[in-house]
Amino acid sequence: MKVRSPLEVYKFLPQTNCGECGFDTCMSFAAHIIDRSVKPENCPPLIRDAEKDAKIKKKLEQLQALTSPEIAEVVIGVGDSAVKIGGEDVIHRHEMTYFNPTAFFYDVWDTMSEKDLEEKCRKVVEFRKFYVGKFLTLDGIAVRCTSNNPDTYKSVVEKVASYGKPMVLVALNPDCMRAALESVADKRPLIYAATESNWKEFLKLALEFNVPVAIRAKDLDTLKSLAVTFKEAGVKDIVLDPVTEPLGEGLKGTFERVVNLRRTAILGEDKDIAFPIMVTPISAWLIEGDEVEKAYWETVLGSMFIVKYADIMIFRSLEPYSVIPTVTLRFNIYTDPRTPVQVDPGLREINNPTPDSPVFITTNFALTYYTVESDLTSAGISCYLLVLNTEGLGVEVSVAGGQFTAGKVKELMEETKIAEKVNHKYLVIPGLAARLQGAIEDETGWTVKVGPMDSGRIKGWLETNWPPK
Amino acid sequence: AKFEPYKVEYPGKINEVVLGATKKDGGTRDKVVVLGGEKSLPFYLFDADQPNLPAIAIDIFDRKPMLAKAVREHYEDVLEDPADWARKAVKEYGADLITLHLISTDPLLEDTPASEAVKVLEDVLQAVKCPIIVGGSGNKEKDPEVLEKAAEVAEGERIMLASATLDMDWERIANAAKNHGHVVLSWTQMDINSQKTLNRYLLKRAGVSPNDIVMDPTTAALGYGIDYAFTNMERIRISGLKGDSDLAFPISSGTTNAWGAREAWMKDSPIEEDSDWGPRELRGPIWEIVTGLTLSLAGVDLFMMMHPGAVAVLKEVMYTLGG
Ligand code: B12
Ligand code: SF4
Repeated sequence: MKVRSPLEVYKFLPQTNCGECGFDTCMSFAAHIIDRSVKPENCPPLIRDAEKDAKIKKKLEQLQALTSPEIAEVVIGVGDSAVKIGGEDVIHRHEMTYFNPTAFFYDVWDTMSEKDLEEKCRKVVEFRKFYVGKFLTLDGIAVRCTSNNPDTYKSVVEKVASYGKPMVLVALNPDCMRAALESVADKRPLIYAATESNWKEFLKLALEFNVPVAIRAKDLDTLKSLAVTFKEAGVKDIVLDPVTEPLGEGLKGTFERVVNLRRTAILGEDKDIAFPIMVTPISAWLIEGDEVEKAYWETVLGSMFIVKYADIMIFRSLEPYSVIPTVTLRFNIYTDPRTPVQVDPGLREINNPTPDSPVFITTNFALTYYTVESDLTSAGISCYLLVLNTEGLGVEVSVAGGQFTAGKVKELMEETKIAEKVNHKYLVIPGLAARLQGAIEDETGWTVKVGPMDSGRIKGWLETNWPPK
Repeated sequence: AKFEPYKVEYPGKINEVVLGATKKDGGTRDKVVVLGGEKSLPFYLFDADQPNLPAIAIDIFDRKPMLAKAVREHYEDVLEDPADWARKAVKEYGADLITLHLISTDPLLEDTPASEAVKVLEDVLQAVKCPIIVGGSGNKEKDPEVLEKAAEVAEGERIMLASATLDMDWERIANAAKNHGHVVLSWTQMDINSQKTLNRYLLKRAGVSPNDIVMDPTTAALGYGIDYAFTNMERIRISGLKGDSDLAFPISSGTTNAWGAREAWMKDSPIEEDSDWGPRELRGPIWEIVTGLTLSLAGVDLFMMMHPGAVAVLKEVMYTLGG
């Protein structure tokens, strides 16, 4: 984004403060353009006027150019499952935030047995890991052509398409690619990859079928030249693959290429390479070693480039020990550091509690709250859960910092009228808040029980501690 | 078209800190570890050389601590004897340094007197010849006394005292380091401003030399605040490189924290809808690896770790990128 202050954006807006965009003033709308929560198109009068008036249309286009992200955004797939990559504006997440999380694609190939293919596709579709109130999932499937036979490739690609996930089509042979595109181009797959030897055919395919295309070259001069050629020919949706080498000097070089590409695009304002970057941790499977060593190294490569600028990746391992860390890291790196991670304080009823049900208390830090809430929900525990406003801090931090106090617990219990909902006076506090036990008892007159350190162990704890004797 | 990489140059440089002392400097270590010296972001060798690669210390304790099963099984035979434990960590698991945590000094545990606790330090100094880091129990009242005694008995060895914090008598730790030629670990809770404040106190008020400070801005595990830890460290490192001399110190990370994450140690997911979590023996080490690897990209110079497999993989990564 070329502009930094709302004032610069304001100049381009109708300045009528009509409120149609949902903000009271044009200035407030402008501020939200700057933080990228809205786009110029979200101002209806501006769009309407642009349709009628060529001058305003030009203004709108100028504004769009000024406020579009530094790195192009590319969409792969269609409908609800489509995934957006790129669109980044900063080199370090604290400068604003990273926007579109690295998309994870998993490798299948066209000479795989039907059973294995099905199993792998199903795993990609079904993977879910609960984290901070939602499920982390995987984005898509990369279908590799190993048969070198257009018909075989086409029929396997069709099969994979039926799972409804975005696809990367991996085939260097243009005939195979064409065969696949003839039947799935409308699913908007990313075609991989145009190289120095096949780029003419791939350029034709990208234009003819209007699909995003990955360009692959280890030499960055070549990569840039190809990107310029494609751009000038009218291809907008480009992904750059500077080639991932898994070990030694090769890996060092990969690291350098990826960092240089992103830095030069954003800080050096080189628009010719301002495209999403692809990294292929799957190249770890070229190294020597057993399955676990390879999968570990693949996870290492994935993690390294989640932190450093990859927008899309192809993996092989679907082992939980590979997928769980990478999806978690991706979520953490792409969390918006500008928004506090809190939930509303108050009282939650979990699994239809009755007056006999236990009462728990936790904090309003999203990570804490959702962990506890989901532990209770999925263990089938009927209970009341008090959520204390600790200003978005976890249990130990807020106990240490004074946001989790007996006085505040008492207030919360009064506000939520919890005493009227149950027929007992037992409150269960987190193990990490044990030192507040006495103070809360004095303050509230309830009996305070110290629960386990980890909410994942509440179920076992209840077996010996509830109902209280 | 020619690709012209955009160059980044920083005016500052991270201070070099030497841990350990060999015979010629009055110690008995057979090698030293040098931290810091960066002029660029980690492993950006295309911007500037990185003279010292990050080092890995393995944690050992003076009493049996709580350990995840996947970690404990590698140390089962040495848990009772810190000297053997240190030997195993160095010889078999390739530790560059040893971090000895004197947790038995905790008044809520055995409350071992400082003068007795540091005997274990003497044993460890005998047992291994790498540089040593010594930690207390985390008790704010007792730690200064424990670390003072440790500084005394390790005179000449240039150990690192872990740690000085804002909410304790940091001046005593600083003086102990100064008087006996050791290094101080300046530890704050994930806040760049507190880190700056404490470092400045150590430099200006206590008069510690800039080459005798390492800082620990706090490590949170993957999935449990690593986003805070990463960004806090990255900001600290960039400030140091930009020339803020209050923040131009090598960074240390308590990477063993990764084992606190439930994904690292729990058998199965407590959430029914979750996909299978697979064997925890494989999940745990990679959790420590990814935690360390991520923070290595923020600028960590010294990792305190435990799982031997995690140590080996992280080392390989850093030697590849930095080698
Ligand atoms: C991230 C972090 C921070 C972040 C907090 C971000 C946030 N939104 O909370 C920041 C940087 C702000 C921070 C600040 C401080 N921190 Co801090 N921080 C941590 C860290 C690294 C992780 C904490 C965390 O998020 N855990 C994950 C969440 C999900 O855990 P949780 O809330 O405890 O929930 C679990 C359990 O409690 C339990 N549970 C939760 N609710 C319930 C309910 C019931 C009924 C039951 C049974 C169980 C249960 O299950 C949950 C899932 O496992 C820890 C160290 C560590 N690795 O643990 C230190 C730590 C908690 N911090 C600590 C300290 C001292 C501080 C500061 C006071 C430092 C300072 N001097 O400034 C400040 C306080 C700030 C304030 N309160 O004003 C100390 C606390 C020491 C102590 N025991 O008193 C710790 C342990 C570090 C240490 N070893 O010194 N910190
Ligand atoms: S809709 Fe447009 S004109 Fe109306 S307030 Fe919003 S920005 Fe201003």
